[in-house]
Amino acid sequence: MKLMKSLLAATAILALAAGAAQAKQLVFCSEASPAHFDPGPTTGGNDFDASAHTMYDGLAAFVPGSTDVEPGLAESWEVSPDGLEITFKLRAGVKFHTQPYFTPTRDFNADDVIFSFERQYKEDNPYFAYLANLTWDYYQGMDMPRYVKEIVKVDDLTVKFVLSEPNAPMVANLAMPFGSIVSKEYADQLTAAGTPELLSTQPVGTGPFKFVDYQLDSVIRYAANEEYFGGKPAIDDLIFAITPDQSVRAQKLIAGECDIIPYPAPADVPMLQANENLTVLEQEGLNIGYMSYNVTEAPFDNVKVRKALSMAIDKQAIVDAVYQGAGQVAKNLIPPTMWSYNNTVADDTYDVEGAKALLAEAGVTELTTDLWAMPVSRPYNPNAQRVAEMIQADWAAIGVTANIVTYEWTEYRERGKAEGRKGPFQIGWTGDNGDPDNFFATLFSCSAIGVSNYSFWCNEEFEDLIQKAKVTADPAERTALYEQAQVIFKAEEPALTLAHSKVFVPMNKRVTGFVQSPLGDHVFDNVDVTE
Amino acid sequence: MMTDISKPAASGPKSARGAAFAEFWHYFSMNRGAVIGLAVVAIFIVLALFAPWIAPYVPEQQFRGFDKLPPAWTNGGDPRFFLGTDEVGRDILSRLIHGARYSLTIGLVVVSIAATVGIILGLLAGYFRGWVDVAIMRVMDIILAFPSLLLALVLVAILGPGLVNAMLAIALVLQPHFARLVRASVMAEKNREYVTSAKMAGAGHLRLMGITILPNCLGPLIVQATLSFSNAILDAAALGFLGMGAQPPTPEWGTMLAKGREFISSAPWIVTFPGLAILITVLAINLIGDGLRDALDPKLKRS
Amino acid sequence: MISYIFRRLLLIVPTVIGISICAFAFVRLLPGDPILAMAGEHGVTPERYEILKEAFGYNLPIWQQYLNYLGSVLTGDFGVSLGTKRPVLNEFMILFPATVELALCAILLATLVGIPAGVLAAVRRGSWLDQGTMGLALTGYSMPIFWWGLLLIMFFSSYLGWTPVSGRIALNFFLRPITGFMTIDSLLYGNWPAFVSALRHLILPTVVLATIPLAVIARQTRSAMLEVLGDDYVRTARAKGLSPRRVINVHALRNALIPVVTTIGLQVGALMAGAILTETIFSWPGIGKWMIESILKRDYPVVQSGLLLIALIIMAVNLIVDLLYAVINPRIRVR
Repeated sequence: MKLMKSLLAATAILALAAGAAQAKQLVFCSEASPAHFDPGPTTGGNDFDASAHTMYDGLAAFVPGSTDVEPGLAESWEVSPDGLEITFKLRAGVKFHTQPYFTPTRDFNADDVIFSFERQYKEDNPYFAYLANLTWDYYQGMDMPRYVKEIVKVDDLTVKFVLSEPNAPMVANLAMPFGSIVSKEYADQLTAAGTPELLSTQPVGTGPFKFVDYQLDSVIRYAANEEYFGGKPAIDDLIFAITPDQSVRAQKLIAGECDIIPYPAPADVPMLQANENLTVLEQEGLNIGYMSYNVTEAPFDNVKVRKALSMAIDKQAIVDAVYQGAGQVAKNLIPPTMWSYNNTVADDTYDVEGAKALLAEAGVTELTTDLWAMPVSRPYNPNAQRVAEMIQADWAAIGVTANIVTYEWTEYRERGKAEGRKGPFQIGWTGDNGDPDNFFATLFSCSAIGVSNYSFWCNEEFEDLIQKAKVTADPAERTALYEQAQVIFKAEEPALTLAHSKVFVPMNKRVTGFVQSPLGDHVFDNVDVTE
Repeated sequence: MMTDISKPAASGPKSARGAAFAEFWHYFSMNRGAVIGLAVVAIFIVLALFAPWIAPYVPEQQFRGFDKLPPAWTNGGDPRFFLGTDEVGRDILSRLIHGARYSLTIGLVVVSIAATVGIILGLLAGYFRGWVDVAIMRVMDIILAFPSLLLALVLVAILGPGLVNAMLAIALVLQPHFARLVRASVMAEKNREYVTSAKMAGAGHLRLMGITILPNCLGPLIVQATLSFSNAILDAAALGFLGMGAQPPTPEWGTMLAKGREFISSAPWIVTFPGLAILITVLAINLIGDGLRDALDPKLKRS
Repeated sequence: MISYIFRRLLLIVPTVIGISICAFAFVRLLPGDPILAMAGEHGVTPERYEILKEAFGYNLPIWQQYLNYLGSVLTGDFGVSLGTKRPVLNEFMILFPATVELALCAILLATLVGIPAGVLAAVRRGSWLDQGTMGLALTGYSMPIFWWGLLLIMFFSSYLGWTPVSGRIALNFFLRPITGFMTIDSLLYGNWPAFVSALRHLILPTVVLATIPLAVIARQTRSAMLEVLGDDYVRTARAKGLSPRRVINVHALRNALIPVVTTIGLQVGALMAGAILTETIFSWPGIGKWMIESILKRDYPVVQSGLLLIALIIMAVNLIVDLLYAVINPRIRVR
């Protein structure tokens, strides 16, 4: 990959040297306006595409097309034997963007790293609350305050993260958008000028593209960063045309007004695939749509009942009807693209008679229950209502009556995690950092009850395994632990794992070098266009 | 003003009312468009009333393997599905026929609520004047200051998406028109002789408002009601289109349009027919409205 | 006249206060919780929830929240968007020109086509031309414009490829906004191709947004004309032997236009409602789309202040129309 990068950079330089190359332009029709351009506090995939992935770098980075972690602004790192210290060796000579509003006088160094993180948790940092109502959702959401005790500058190019307890996914966390490094020098300049809020609208990063202009809700423009440490990107002008409507995006792609579009309507995919001017990339998304049984509620506290209900559901039919070719049946909690996926786990087979027998064995007759369905379309489940209708029909076949309930989306989740919730609850998850811990611990650890453990499931054996995996550094050892956890999960069935959705990226054939990311990132540093 | 209208219709002899109707019908039936509109609406009413017997299939029934079939007369069409099928293999014709129920119900319910509330408020304001009038009309001004669809959207967002809430929101947005209309008519009628004489005869407020004055504002009210009927259908469809109206799988036309929108390039008929159904219904009702206005409005009758 | 204006302005004060209360109350009544809405699937711990609640000022009594809001609005502070953290007024000012540009084009098209159509229909009363025009007008009036827009995109943009699918200008033109009106800005920069591109992008949204006002104006013009044509002075003018054309242009049209002007003015509210749908369909970066998205995202401050600003603008325009009407037609002032 590195070779590829330098090759691309070399060709770009050659093309420039030849003087024949005219400005290369790429239009990405993005799905939503970014909130703003500070990668620290923003939370949406569209925000990350518009800031972190284009204009910023973190200490670590995800290898394109995978969830493996590679060096970013840190050349290397070392974890102390007790797992309590991670020391990062920083890349030398990295330049922040020169902009009409900022000219860097020094290269990137340890001060920038410390500033970038301290502003997210030190309340006395001038940037902790530099925008109105600012919250650092990812820093909080990834449990960073619990693990990060201190960030220490060893020298200009060495930074040490001191942890309060070992945490294996920490480096992957730092590769996430909220770990993007912003310029302390620029922040200081803004503070001195009394306009700190400009940090979010006039961004300065180290990334492959520099900010040019943003027309609210309409167009974002970037220019290639000639000084990018990974080599100048092949594209000279990168344009985000904000196009929230799925079918309009597809129309624009066909009309040649866009080169790449994210998230097409599943219905449009066959048509786009058939278009000879277009290529459609596809990949399993890093997500899971599932249905949580409340294991503290009778009769769902009986594993046989949970198993029986799961067996009665024709998952394949649901995936076909609801995901329309853009999904696959999920047998584990984590998607198959993620490391430690246990392929030996056997999924529940669709078996109406078996389900009836199992229910009878559990002594359950005439079960009537609520069945929860999200009111909104989510990446992991485009239509929970339709799923609920199909499950309702499947359960009717084994004599279980389900009443579909739904609430406004935030209220839905509140009620879902309230103690004593009645009935199976549809929900899902999209991975943040590609670490299995981000699925297992976030969704089914004992401490997640009341936060995001909608099954109220606290299994000692499972908990032991995932907690051990969290503090273990060795990937092979962690893999073994998570594989075991998946076996227990399936045997206990705290939730029905329904589907992983597929993600499509349709693009014009003239676009080359785009690599689909399992994290749903749209990254353009290696992309080129041919005429 | 024609003499038979300025007379209190309610207390007039039966034959006068019959004559008024005959005259109305005479003018109305002269308007070809209005008659066509009436015929179309009549057809839709029949379709709506007898939908389960007329529609070839149950509107929610999904024919697996028959999804996105084009209309019967085109290439690849299936004669069993005359207007084709939608994204999950439901018969579009059946859904449209059942959808007529929703659209007509929406119109009827919205107009009933809006007219009832609006008439009461307008009567109160116009009859009592003073602070009652000021208070009521200021509230109406406030409602009218917001763009109707935006206000309806916010109200639905508050009440929660769904057909019933959408109808309530639209009714609330439409009722100031009734209130203003009734108030103006009441103020114009209040000092006429027949009202004064009724008052002298000892009629109470209620009787004066409801039985003496109101029937004489009926003409413009009926026209307003027809207008609101078509507006209600359009607004409900727009809310459905924005995902805030009837929720799927309800075969409401606007919702069908919204759900079918992603298929606009791959299966345009899924989008075309519901829109056409809305257009035809609304057009027919507006034709009737025009006819009613011409027949009821004495000013235009003259020329 | 002055006293009339004064009276009108005085009447507006309670309405404005009412509008601000409504906008404030609506937003408080919205189900869901903005803090939870921001947290997403990650959820938020109860302690942190309390901290955030206090930071956003949601812990104060409701009347105090309202007074605080009113106070800041009076000083020009319309709050800050939860999503973008930008001042709501700032966003409004950036997006407003796009909506105004579209609305002005629509009203221009509606007037330029609607008035002649109405006059023609009135003059040729009962002819096939009259029936055809009025049939079309009524169809336009009955149009579900969101569907109409989709059909136009499908035909003109996708099938024929004559017009762009969405957006305000081709992306290879990069003009930093001066006025915010794409057409005017491109002319100010002297960039002719950009101007043409901006116009091309305006065509379909304008047609869609103009459909209903056009129909209303055509119908209104026709009936106003018919009324005037029957009036005594027109008959007199005719009897005096003036040419029919002169009668129509000078005598009839001028008088018929008075109610039409009011109609046009009163279309502003309808245009805003139409803009919500039109902007959504064409991804037009204006106020309508902004409001819809904010409602869906539960961006409380934006919904609240957006409603307030839009209502105030509509009221202001209606007031101006009323005053103009009073100037044209002095009889109204007496009432």
